[in-house]
Amino acid sequence: MLVDWLYVAVFGVVGVLLAILPLAIVWLISPRGEYPQKLLTYESGVVPFGQAWSQFNVRYYLFSLAFVLFDVEVIYLYPWAIVFKELGAFAFTEMFVFLAILFIALVYAWRKGALEWV
Amino acid sequence: MREAVIPVSWILEIVKATLSAVAVFTFAAVFAAMLGVYLERKISGWIQARVGPKHVGPQGILQTVADTIKLLQKENIVPRHADYLVFSSAPLIVTVAALLGYVVIPWGKLGDWVLIVRDLNIGVLYFAAMSSLVVIGILTGGWSSNNKYALLGGLRSASQLISYELPLGFAIISVAMMAGSLSTVEIVNAQQDVWFVFKQPLAFLIFLTAAAAETNRVPFDLPEAESELVAGYFAEYTGMRFALFQLGEYAEMLAMAAMTTVLFLGGWRGPWLPPILWFFIKTYAVVFFFMWVRWTYPRLRIDQLLNLSWKVLLPLGLLNILVTGLVVTLAR
Amino acid sequence: MSGEMAAFILLAAVTVIPAIVVVTSRNIVRAALSLVPAFLGVSGLYVLLQAEFVTAIQILIYAGAITVLILFVIMLTAGGTGLPVRQVNEQVPLGIAVAGALAGGLLFVLLRARWPVVSGEMPRYNAKAIGTALLTNYALIFEVTSLVLLVSLIGAIIIARKEGS
Repeated sequence: MLVDWLYVAVFGVVGVLLAILPLAIVWLISPRGEYPQKLLTYESGVVPFGQAWSQFNVRYYLFSLAFVLFDVEVIYLYPWAIVFKELGAFAFTEMFVFLAILFIALVYAWRKGALEWV
Repeated sequence: MREAVIPVSWILEIVKATLSAVAVFTFAAVFAAMLGVYLERKISGWIQARVGPKHVGPQGILQTVADTIKLLQKENIVPRHADYLVFSSAPLIVTVAALLGYVVIPWGKLGDWVLIVRDLNIGVLYFAAMSSLVVIGILTGGWSSNNKYALLGGLRSASQLISYELPLGFAIISVAMMAGSLSTVEIVNAQQDVWFVFKQPLAFLIFLTAAAAETNRVPFDLPEAESELVAGYFAEYTGMRFALFQLGEYAEMLAMAAMTTVLFLGGWRGPWLPPILWFFIKTYAVVFFFMWVRWTYPRLRIDQLLNLSWKVLLPLGLLNILVTGLVVTLAR
Repeated sequence: MSGEMAAFILLAAVTVIPAIVVVTSRNIVRAALSLVPAFLGVSGLYVLLQAEFVTAIQILIYAGAITVLILFVIMLTAGGTGLPVRQVNEQVPLGIAVAGALAGGLLFVLLRARWPVVSGEMPRYNAKAIGTALLTNYALIFEVTSLVLLVSLIGAIIIARKEGS
């Protein structure tokens, strides 16, 4: 099992190196012709003004928050999914209760408008 | 007991891993990115009653090669005030995360030996984890460009991706429930009698929709909409960095198609033909389906696609799990 | 040194060095992004402990969800412009004293403790063992967890709506 993850680690490292390779090639052979206008931020030809951040809107935070919570629910489902067959009706009932409580959470978030974009 | 040097077996495994990594990445670069982009252009041309690329190489098949060589010589532009290190690492994160998913995909079977890099015990869970890393790359890319539109595109794309990870997880869990395992090889083997697409049709649909949304494909490509947010988080990325983003996206799409085949279409199983061929046929059928949908449907608005995920797919996924669990428990 | 020792040292470096960057960097987005290698290092350490299920969920939740949450908040506030932030305040000497005392105390205790060696086989299939344990021995904890998640969601929505409106 440790060897499996060794492969994953090596894949990651080799992946980063192989992805850097074309960037290195570009750095070596590409032309250099910098002038200030070329480095301006793109805004359809208009000179940009103001800071490059937008007004904080709480909807992004609420979506990612709901996502974290339901993601934790999903990770409880993974081990249950592979053992529940052997453990009988009791295991299914436990998960039913678990999912019911989290379904209440989803309904709450829905009703309170946490899942609205506007 | 401590050994004096790193044992030979570790070094051997590291060498084998490096070789297979290079092989898989080359494979992904050729079959996912180059072939994928070419197919996209040919299929879109066919659907739109035009020809698509046809000059470079026979039937235009070397078009993407030519494009890549062109991109290699483009000037290296980083916008002023952009954080160079973070700006450059964003496409790397997307590409590497997408390619790491390939470790658990079984490409076929030669006799008794399954063609897979490593059959992790938690195969599909690992795949879901790697897909979730792609979000970081996109978010970073959008922010580090120091461009309002890129930032908005990155934020929207990240919101979309995380919203669709949940239904994706539910669909995977439904299949894991049927197969009793998280290992991709065991899931394929569990489809000996009948493919899971027939036993879990709802999960199949949920997975396809979520997979399309996870790879930012139309009808879910608002974050990179060419006509609206000026390619969104891509806006300031030019040349090879742009190519790396595209490579990551197409590699992710092929990985999702391959995972659809593994989870629902019986993987490499099939009569007469060699298993590898079956796997490729099924995977590219899914890829063709993705491309077909792209050129058929209009783009969804951001609130529509988020509603689809949270208010439709999520409850349906939960329901599917409960019904599956009930049926399996009662059938014992 | 054995392969595992080498892997441990490598993973420890991958965890600790980005962690130092997180607390000392003046660019808040770089600090938040350095969390990702730190989390990946920790998940690697879980692999060395034979807990591969925990590895996957560490990546899925911490690197995949919590980092996104942190980045969302950072990018949508003024910190997102990359303005340098002050990383030190006036209480540096007191901070050093307390941190040093804590580190010293922990080292002392950890080095002197007798760590029991647990014998026996690790279950071959980690995720199945966790699943079985959750549903049998730890069933009550499992159900309470769902309540904790529900309460967290309610609390966070209440706070966020109050701030937003």
